[in-house]
Amino acid sequence: MTDTTAPAQREVQLITLDVNGEQHEVITEPRRTLVDVLRHELRLTGTHVGCEHGICGACTVLVDDRPVRACLMFAAQAEGARIRTVESLSEGDQLGDLQQAFSTHHGLQCGFCTPGFLMLAEGFLAERPEATKEEIREVVAANLCRCTGYQTIVEAIDGCAQARRRACASRCDSKESDVCS
Amino acid sequence: MKEGKLVGRSVARREDPRLLSGRGRFVDDIALPGMLHAQFVRSTVAHGEIASVDLSAVRHVPGVVAAFTADDLELGDITAQLGRPLSEYVPTAMPVLARDKVRYVGEPVAIVVARDAYAAEDGLEAAKVSYTTLPPVTSEEAALAPGAPLVHDEAARNTLVDVSLFATDGIDEIFASAPCVVHVESRTGRQNALPLETRGVVAHWDDREEQLVVQTCTQVPHQVRTVASRSLRLDERAVRVVVPDMGGGFGQKCVVGREEIAAAAAALRLRRPVKWIEDRKDALSASFLAREQHYQVRAAFGADGRILGLDADVVCDMGAYSCYPFTAGIEPLMASAEMPGVYKVPAYRVRGRAITTNKAPTAPYRGVSRPQYVMVVERLFERAARELGLDPVEIRRRNVITDFPYTGVNHITYDPGSYLESLNLCERLVQDEGWYEKQAAAAAEGRHLGIGYACFSERTGYGSTAFAQRKMQVVPGFDISEVRMDTSGAVTVTTGTMSHGQSHETTMAQIVADELGLDIAKVRLHQGDTDRITYGWGTFASRSITVGGSAVRLAAAKLGDKLRAIAAARWGIDADEVELTDGAARRRDDTSEVLTYEDIADIAYLRAHLLPKDIEPGLAATATFDVFTDGTFSNATHGVVVELHQGTGQVEILRYVCVEDCGVAINPQVVEGQCRGGIAQGIAGALFEQVTYDDMGEPSATSFMDYKVPTAHEIPDVLIHHLETPSAFTETGAKGAGEGGTIGAPAAVLNAVNDALRPTGVELDHTPVTPETVHRALNLEAAS
Repeated sequence: MTDTTAPAQREVQLITLDVNGEQHEVITEPRRTLVDVLRHELRLTGTHVGCEHGICGACTVLVDDRPVRACLMFAAQAEGARIRTVESLSEGDQLGDLQQAFSTHHGLQCGFCTPGFLMLAEGFLAERPEATKEEIREVVAANLCRCTGYQTIVEAIDGCAQARRRACASRCDSKESDVCS
Repeated sequence: MKEGKLVGRSVARREDPRLLSGRGRFVDDIALPGMLHAQFVRSTVAHGEIASVDLSAVRHVPGVVAAFTADDLELGDITAQLGRPLSEYVPTAMPVLARDKVRYVGEPVAIVVARDAYAAEDGLEAAKVSYTTLPPVTSEEAALAPGAPLVHDEAARNTLVDVSLFATDGIDEIFASAPCVVHVESRTGRQNALPLETRGVVAHWDDREEQLVVQTCTQVPHQVRTVASRSLRLDERAVRVVVPDMGGGFGQKCVVGREEIAAAAAALRLRRPVKWIEDRKDALSASFLAREQHYQVRAAFGADGRILGLDADVVCDMGAYSCYPFTAGIEPLMASAEMPGVYKVPAYRVRGRAITTNKAPTAPYRGVSRPQYVMVVERLFERAARELGLDPVEIRRRNVITDFPYTGVNHITYDPGSYLESLNLCERLVQDEGWYEKQAAAAAEGRHLGIGYACFSERTGYGSTAFAQRKMQVVPGFDISEVRMDTSGAVTVTTGTMSHGQSHETTMAQIVADELGLDIAKVRLHQGDTDRITYGWGTFASRSITVGGSAVRLAAAKLGDKLRAIAAARWGIDADEVELTDGAARRRDDTSEVLTYEDIADIAYLRAHLLPKDIEPGLAATATFDVFTDGTFSNATHGVVVELHQGTGQVEILRYVCVEDCGVAINPQVVEGQCRGGIAQGIAGALFEQVTYDDMGEPSATSFMDYKVPTAHEIPDVLIHHLETPSAFTETGAKGAGEGGTIGAPAAVLNAVNDALRPTGVELDHTPVTPETVHRALNLEAAS
């Protein structure tokens, strides 16, 4: 007795994903979401799942540099794209400046939503390094946090953006680099 | 406490590096070889007899490995008890899987175990359960109506708890003759504590240890172990509960969940690891909810604004089952015992009830009843101020407790706090920012600005005595800590509390580092492992730093005594002549004589023959702590400025000021984080979040589309000012700080909304205050 809702045989496919600069070949069902493949096939468990319907943003990763809800995308749809997860933000034990800013400002408590906010901010600041605090607040409103009340997340991202601008300006002043175009 | 180097400083969190780099280990991050995935067949009706459960098709779904009903697993029920007569408390059992009857939509009926979570979901689709439906009970009115259908046959009038307390002599005469009597009726919405990480568990049988290992995200690991061992009929030793990193809890995870026991049972039966991760739909509709309460309260005041009496009736809708270990008494007993709060109330009477309905069951949620009764009491003061023509802050000033210790009409003794000081300072901070002038200017433009306050205290550091007074039969309260030093001079600390975002790995380490004069990097906290920790009561009721932190400090002090004793014996001097600083024992009379902790550990472990006969080898000390008084009270005043928008009915929070006093703040940045996060959840309850049910008991909120969790758009920045009245009852002077923000926010927000509505003559006393109600109130004004 089989139920029509369940497939008699589970269909699988081979896909290739570019995650944090590494190529991964994965055999998976077409229905598996990107976040499930990242977490459970590639064991990159830093990206979290909070709602599976695109509201909370805990699963936010960068797909071709843009923040994306990895729960709303099938893994197969991410073939050919560059995917970045929270695991890419630090080098060994050395936290990146955005991560350090979250710690300095106490922008995390339980830490469950944090990877999503980090990747959201990473994508946003890359696109808009001159963002004002109000613009940052608008972007932070895209994701949910139940612990912090958001103030310190906004302050952390704003603090990081300001520090990057200061560093950029001083590099320009000292003419050591022309990165600040 | 001696002058510490780290306590009182915003030391960087030990938790942060792993959480920020994606290297935390939450329960869904755990993968064990051969692991299976569970999901639950859940009731689709709110009330009914189970006619049949047919899982045969489920077992044929590709990927499904097994499926079990209650009859298959034969598990013991989860039953929480109060030691009260049947007239006051009716015990009811919560089966792990529904047996004969279902009592809410979402109740687990069967467990399906499959090779992956997708296949488990496929399996659910193939389950065939038929019910003989019964009329559901979905509201207080329906539950208490004569002849109402019974949710539990043994609970007449659908009432689980009914207590009448205090009833001060002459209270009726006081109300009859009082110059001013005000009344508030308030209903508060059913909420979800909503940790962003849903509940979940990974269980497996370990043949080598002969143990069922249950890795679960719980605030109360030892309580889960006790229930699991009883339900599965195993020796308690044969169950090990281990808690990984937790993505919040806020009370929803401080009760034992049916699913964690069922998943453990499946793992035991199949001898394979079984993982269950709750999806958001189940977390919203079938998890533990909280806060649906109905208050009818009168307060009598003298012409001078002094309160003369408080007369309260509280009904809490606890849903379908009593939670373990707290029972359905958790909300009504908290409200009944503590309602007089910060005020000198000379006469008090309360009836507190818990009713049962065909809704998802309830658990304690951050603040437990205090957000509601504080809101009601603060509304009463505002209303009395209006009637008597007094300033709303002034009427509070005339009534707050100022002489401590103060024993209230509720027989609770309040230890020293800064009730009046926080009230005055909060008012001044709002004044100094010019909000009263801005309010007047806005009014002149036809805009609606309101200013509101809430002044409250919060009992923290509940010990066994306080919980026993509630007649709980499983009585939380004490905590045990062990502090152990190894041969490298590094220290391992255990605690029975369970951090789920509160930074205990940092704050407990601060306490130990100061006590032993040790680099904090040398201190590591262990929590959430029933094999490593003798016993513990977990984290809830703002007890971790007050009780757990005290045990930690006592254990560290004991270890310090041993370090001194060994050094003193080496030097042939009295132990009092030895001090511990900078990782070493030093002679007070000759600080050039130093024995580092490595030196002492070397003697204690590797060259124990050097120890005097009266000192045992090893460097470990254990201490317990309990609170035998009424506990210690944190306090705060919140001040809020809102603007109501005429066109949309939106309540915009323009300013939020919090003056808080949690005694010695071990880590001020962490305390501020707790305040801000708590305030956000309080605002959520005041303005946004509610789970409603239709007449058939179908829950309205099954996704974040239907349950509005506030974002950075809605939650304002909060200005925090600290006062410090150290506690004499805790070993660090700290009072609890986990819940205060949530407690004060609804009252302050609601008072501000009503202040803004003053020209309309409308007063709103129910929460959440929705844009619709505000819009209607403002349009009434426009119409008139």
